[in-house]
Amino acid sequence: MRAILEGSKAVAEAVRMCRPNLVCAYPITPQTHIVEELSHMVADGRLEAGFVLAESEFGAASIVLGGSVVGGRAYTATSSQGLLLMVEVIFNIAGLRLPVVMTCANRAVSAPINIWNDQQDAVSIRDSGWIQLYVEDNQEAVDTHIQAFRIAEELMIPVMVCMDGYVLTHTMEPVDIPEQEEVDRFLPPYRPKYRLDPDDPFTMGAMVGPDAYMETRYHVHMDMMEARSVIQRVADDYAQAFGRHHGGLVETYDLEGADVVLVSMGSLLGTMREAVDELRKEGLKVGILKVRCFRPFPKEAIHDALQGIEVVGVIEKDISLGLEGTLCSEMRAAFCGEESPNISSFIMGLGGRDITVEEIKQVARDLASNPACRVEFRGLKEELLRGDEG
Amino acid sequence: MMSEETRKVINLLEPGHTGCAGCGQAIAARLVLKAAGPRVIVANATGCLEVYTTTYPRSSWEVPWIHSLFENAAAVAAGMEVTLKAMGRYEGIKIIAQAGDGGTADIGMGCISGMFERGHDILYVCYDNEGYMNTGYQRSGLTPPGARTTTSPPGRFSYGNRTRKKNMPMIAVAHGVPYVATATVSEPRDLMRKVQKALEIQGPKYLHILVPCVPGWGYESELTVELARLAVETNLFPIFEVENGVITKVKKPKETRPVEDYLRPQRRFAHLFQPGGEKVLEEIRRIAEENSRLEPGPARLFGPSLPE
Ligand SMILES: Cc1ncc(C[n+]2csc(CCOP(=O)(O)OP(=O)(O)O)c2C)c(N)n1
Ligand code: SF4
Ligand SMILES: [Mg+2]
Repeated sequence: MRAILEGSKAVAEAVRMCRPNLVCAYPITPQTHIVEELSHMVADGRLEAGFVLAESEFGAASIVLGGSVVGGRAYTATSSQGLLLMVEVIFNIAGLRLPVVMTCANRAVSAPINIWNDQQDAVSIRDSGWIQLYVEDNQEAVDTHIQAFRIAEELMIPVMVCMDGYVLTHTMEPVDIPEQEEVDRFLPPYRPKYRLDPDDPFTMGAMVGPDAYMETRYHVHMDMMEARSVIQRVADDYAQAFGRHHGGLVETYDLEGADVVLVSMGSLLGTMREAVDELRKEGLKVGILKVRCFRPFPKEAIHDALQGIEVVGVIEKDISLGLEGTLCSEMRAAFCGEESPNISSFIMGLGGRDITVEEIKQVARDLASNPACRVEFRGLKEELLRGDEG
Repeated sequence: MMSEETRKVINLLEPGHTGCAGCGQAIAARLVLKAAGPRVIVANATGCLEVYTTTYPRSSWEVPWIHSLFENAAAVAAGMEVTLKAMGRYEGIKIIAQAGDGGTADIGMGCISGMFERGHDILYVCYDNEGYMNTGYQRSGLTPPGARTTTSPPGRFSYGNRTRKKNMPMIAVAHGVPYVATATVSEPRDLMRKVQKALEIQGPKYLHILVPCVPGWGYESELTVELARLAVETNLFPIFEVENGVITKVKKPKETRPVEDYLRPQRRFAHLFQPGGEKVLEEIRRIAEENSRLEPGPARLFGPSLPE
């Protein structure tokens, strides 16, 4: 079914078709429309899931954890402060190997409080042991949620689908909503490898000391590494079943003979494609690398995609304060011990500041004329930096 | 795997764990499970009980059991209950959330309040040993006035803990929890009866159990049950039941003992018997006296007025 839907509603439709046993969340802008839509579905009987309006995001994350340990397919959604309030549980869910799926409607982090989009929230918890997939548009959001449950349940690793707040969640776009039967064929009922059941009692969440803790972390790490091939395969299977592919781990655009490659995650890719098309017409050979999977980090795929490329600019809506953009640091890791392209960090769009096609083009032009590695903020207001505004 | 019949007769919380000899919490937890039977799922908060029963690769639990975090046992249990119901697998299963006084009355309060308010069919058990024992005997919101803990030491300007015990049972009652009760390990039959009664009631249930702690309170390990009894007989820990907002039962000591009988054997109160301690003893006597006036009838907020 093709429909013009707001991103949040499209995601709610996708989640509904994945037949979760438990949906639990706490409202926060800009995730709210997803929870509201799911509430409507429950109220109308269109979604037959356990549904809990939690007392906080910390509670919501703990509740989906509980739903998952008894063998249910569990879903939650949040943003920004909500995600940070969940953090202790987020790590716990991953360590307990529970295949929870979450939508993160990406939003800036306080202080100062700001409800608009950037990606600092999800990037800040990259080490939690969750798979993180960033989507470019609402169609990809729908398709990635359906993939997410399959990936999570095959690997027993939780998956976070990151979609830019407002830019995607609050924007109407035409999307193809698959048929329920198609989704059922792609995503079979969840058959947990283990669950709490009085018929077969076992203990979860034991205290593990120095004699064995490291091995448990090693296992999770190795399975995360393995997840890369699963994420790729599930994306390929999805393309077979539904005819749409958004890249498994990464996607490239116009890399052929590119003098400069721009890299990013999420909805900015759409603007970047426009910028690159124009630049090519103007005679500047610029390509794009879209990082769809941020955790596990697809080092090899990035390394292979950028063979022969000399200048790379990473444009990102997050910053590791005191260093540079986080994606930029990680890109460098893909070339460890080898000749690396010059990889520069461009911090843009924090707290919802607009990133224009022209600004992206300027980044590419500047990199073409000066390829040196650097960290730059773009789009800053000089008058505010000078303190003219008070 | 053991048959259900076998699991009915064995201890569902097995011995062999690493808890202190005489741990009141271990006695209480064993009784709770004995009363509940094998068809339960337990969500346990971080704390002494969790740590000493599940030192990997061993576990003392013969029931399905999970530890997630310090402050979320109520929420984890809520997620289980809703999901099992949604999956049609809830029939015949009881869910217990349990935590210490810290995991309950301090850090866990938000999740518990949510669980109460939404009316989940869960028995919540608080094992109250009046401090953060697992981390080395720090004070909690349930540490009584005058008690020495590692964060409320007596000193030139201090007679130990300044605050009164937060009234958790009445906080549960105020949420409209249909069954709220207190118990202690000196009355095992009463404790087990309350567990069984609670598990027959639909909705949230709150059971608050006083569990003496050998090193935290500072007494000889054979005195655990005796101290629990003295806490009741001095009226420092009232034993009662509240059903649908009405106090239906109060256990009155046959003979009321002076608070000193309970306080003296415990090193955490030793400084109260030094010069200057009398003021705090007076306060403790006042609490005992207030508690002694607890009668069946509509539950009202009793107990804590602010200390001077
Ligand atoms: C978020 C968080 N803060 C602090 C701790 C450290 N901690 C673990 S157990 C505990 C105290 C437990 O006290 P209580 O709930 O009364 O249980 P007890 O050990 O006394 O039985 C503390 C402070 C923790 N595990 N998690
Ligand atoms: S410290 Fe106290 S609560 Fe912990 S095991 Fe020992 S007696 Fe039990
Ligand atoms: Mg305690």
